[in-house]
Amino acid sequence: MLVVGGGIIGLVTAWRAAQRGFTTALVDPAPGGGAAQVAAGMLAAVTELHHGEQTLLGLNLASARRYPDFVAELTEATGADLGHRQCGTLTVALDADDRAHLRELHALQQRSGLESQWLSGRECRRLEPMLAPGVRGGLRVDGDHQIDPRRLAGALVTACERAGVAFHRTWAERLTVVRDRATGVVTADGTALPAGQVVLAAGSLSGRLAGVPEDVLPPVRPVKGQVLRLAMPERGAPPFLSRTVRAVVRGSHVYLVPRENGELVVGATSEELGWDTTVTAGGVYELLRDAHELVPGITELPLTETRAGLRPGSPDNAPLLGPSGLPGLLLATGHHRNGVLLTPVTGDVMAHVLTTGELPEEARPFSPRRFDAAALTEQPA
Amino acid sequence: MADDPFVLGGTSFTSRLIMGTGGAPSLDVLERSLVASGTELTTVAMRRVSPGAQGSHGSVLSVLDRLGIRVLPNTAGCFTAGEAVLTARLARDALGTDVVKLEVIADERTLLPDPIELLDAAETLVDDGFTVLPYTNDDPVLARKLEDVGCAAVMPLGSPIGSGLGIRNPHNFQLIVEHARVPVILDAGAGTASDAAFAMELGCAGVMLASAVTRAQEPVLMAEGMRHAVEAGRLAYRAGRIPRRHFAEASSPVDGIARLDPERPAF
Repeated sequence: MLVVGGGIIGLVTAWRAAQRGFTTALVDPAPGGGAAQVAAGMLAAVTELHHGEQTLLGLNLASARRYPDFVAELTEATGADLGHRQCGTLTVALDADDRAHLRELHALQQRSGLESQWLSGRECRRLEPMLAPGVRGGLRVDGDHQIDPRRLAGALVTACERAGVAFHRTWAERLTVVRDRATGVVTADGTALPAGQVVLAAGSLSGRLAGVPEDVLPPVRPVKGQVLRLAMPERGAPPFLSRTVRAVVRGSHVYLVPRENGELVVGATSEELGWDTTVTAGGVYELLRDAHELVPGITELPLTETRAGLRPGSPDNAPLLGPSGLPGLLLATGHHRNGVLLTPVTGDVMAHVLTTGELPEEARPFSPRRFDAAALTEQPA
Repeated sequence: MADDPFVLGGTSFTSRLIMGTGGAPSLDVLERSLVASGTELTTVAMRRVSPGAQGSHGSVLSVLDRLGIRVLPNTAGCFTAGEAVLTARLARDALGTDVVKLEVIADERTLLPDPIELLDAAETLVDDGFTVLPYTNDDPVLARKLEDVGCAAVMPLGSPIGSGLGIRNPHNFQLIVEHARVPVILDAGAGTASDAAFAMELGCAGVMLASAVTRAQEPVLMAEGMRHAVEAGRLAYRAGRIPRRHFAEASSPVDGIARLDPERPAF
């Protein structure tokens, strides 16, 4: 089998396939790259809950539960430290409007049977003394952790290599289709790579592979996110921040993810600008403005990196997993905000599909075919 | 309604509900909300959506294109007349439309329009051949001046963007509507269906909203509610409401009413 795309989703699919005994190849000019190089790596199934996304919540929770074992297995296989930090998350509100919004989220979490605890502003600041004095209240979610996606990507490359995955470090130019069946890809250097099954896991580029029939192309679009990296003071007790802190500041989301190695990740904008990955003054300004309102002390920290990545957005924000409408072509894409969180479950689901030809129960709602039906009903009479 | 077309900038519409795209939880929910709202005209912020993304599979613009909804570019996020004029010109080049919803915001806290910059930008754009639809304060004098410089409509706010506080000064709306010779469209402030219906009852030609739908718990249901509210409010305005009275006036006729015989109960 062959995987197109060497981001974390393509890599985990290839790794799991190789473990199941498939002869596995992966095409990507730079395996381990992609959105994971930018992402903050929050494993935030509970704090990322949105109205109308309860189906996705189930998959997110399933993946979050698998994370400890997944990390242990990957660390065992590669010896790499993945920066998995079981630190929890604190979501706070800075004014009455945002507090009301957060109250609503808390109610939704409780209705959904999730563990989260409402704290007063004072209680929030006792947990995280660097928070602004104006904090009006917050939600403590001890089950939402973090991982370093760059380390995760690097470890997955190593794991794939050790499991015997053949890397073709070039672009996949086009899918070859013979008698209505995907039979492999042709790479940018003209090499034909035949395969019994092709998994398209090309992130935000998944909708662009030539040769894929129009009605099978996944409806995935790039959603730009700008992310900043700062450096926290190395020594000093108490720590600058001890858990992920996030807020909605006048309607826009901002989060601060403190790594054990002192890196502080601040994100993220959400922009519909095509395949544009420029870092803009406005993007950096808005992130710093909101982060500063949340944690005033960040202005003293060195700003070490600014970067933009592209989330693979699907129409309903949920991933597309499993067989497409074209025999021989499978999809593992459209993970949008949740790619890092959904990596373990995606690997397991894709391995199951490759072996049995069918989606496991938990992944049935995420079949790419759900968009076929929508497309049919929407066609003008 | 076919017998009551809504003409805006030379184009005739059946629906009087203009939608915005900001704040939708997903593209899928946005699409179903737009369909449920029955809108034929939808604003897109030129600073958040690049026309370059038009070709990408499943972008906001491709959804609007597929649904046959006209795109109304807006200049959201601009703080000066200069920025707004530049943004409008970029939108014209990219989308091939010279209709623009003009927004010039005074500050991020209130998102209220800056009246001086707004009038300045409106004048420049009208001179440049644009059909200008300005987002303005609910100030009858400013509305008149915008009309005087050649705007094709005026779009006063009911209350600040995203606040959902409804129409805070209905009297000003009445004054604006009474004097305007161009369509008056409620822009910003609608929180629920009754706000939209009320705007139409006051004589607005249309309602523009985004957050009330996109940030509702069930956006698709709210979109349908707004569609009915705008239609209901318009019908009520055309029908002409009854005068308000201090005392009751019986609605059932009293002439020829049956006299009940106490000896023979009716039931």
